[in-house]
Amino acid sequence: MQHLTLTHVLFLILSAVALLSGLMVVLNANPIRNVLLLIVCFFAIAGHYVLLNAQFLAAVHIIVYAGAIMVLFLFVVMLLNLNKETEPTRPAWEKIVAVIAGGIFCITLVGALRAADTMPMPDAKGMDVNIGLVNRLGATLFDEFLVPFELSSALFLAAMVGAVLLGKKSSK
Amino acid sequence: MSTQVIPIEWYITLSALLFSVGVLGVLFRRNAIVILMSVELMLNAVNLLLAAFSTYHNDPKAQVFVFFIMAVAAAEVAVGLAILIMIYRNIRTTDVDFLNKLKW
Repeated sequence: MQHLTLTHVLFLILSAVALLSGLMVVLNANPIRNVLLLIVCFFAIAGHYVLLNAQFLAAVHIIVYAGAIMVLFLFVVMLLNLNKETEPTRPAWEKIVAVIAGGIFCITLVGALRAADTMPMPDAKGMDVNIGLVNRLGATLFDEFLVPFELSSALFLAAMVGAVLLGKKSSK
Repeated sequence: MSTQVIPIEWYITLSALLFSVGVLGVLFRRNAIVILMSVELMLNAVNLLLAAFSTYHNDPKAQVFVFFIMAVAAAEVAVGLAILIMIYRNIRTTDVDFLNKLKW
């Protein structure tokens, strides 16, 4: 084990925050708290993006997830008036089975990924610190991924129309 | 301060653990909204690993992939929550165990 630098410590703290808040999302029975804890988890992941020199991704992640998606979740939870009393819970044996299945899945995934061939580690000067900046990403996005980018606008239009149609009161 | 001193295995393990937490959420909960949130957590675990590989391989393409995954996730959440609201309007609950008409 090499010497722990500040980056390592930051990584470990952010990982602990992300994993603990993620676990609390699963284990806490209050839907509002679930949404707020998931926002904490997403902020920790945004911190990971900053550590990875993916600054643009970190900004987009906060705007899209914390700013849009989780607010939507919060709106829906409040709109449906879900709280701890209305929260359906599984019987104890189903919970135990779920934990066992999730634990086995976790062990399998970590074990398989650990056993896989690790790629050669780049050295300190082999890595480009500007990789996550918006001009590099924009050049890639509008050069190689122009067609998928335009198609995603069609996807958003379809999602918008679908959400409005589904949310509308049906006139029978 | 540089990122390259963090071994890539740490990111792989963290992403696997976060993904497992998401899987646990899908298995553990009965509220469809929380299940959708667990799916978001799984998507984010994959996004994090893609971003890590992108940085360690000096290739911005993977970050563009993350960008697209975020776009698809936003669309998915909008439609998914609309479906959930419609379900709630019809059966007055978001409990997935009540939605068993298609269960074999």
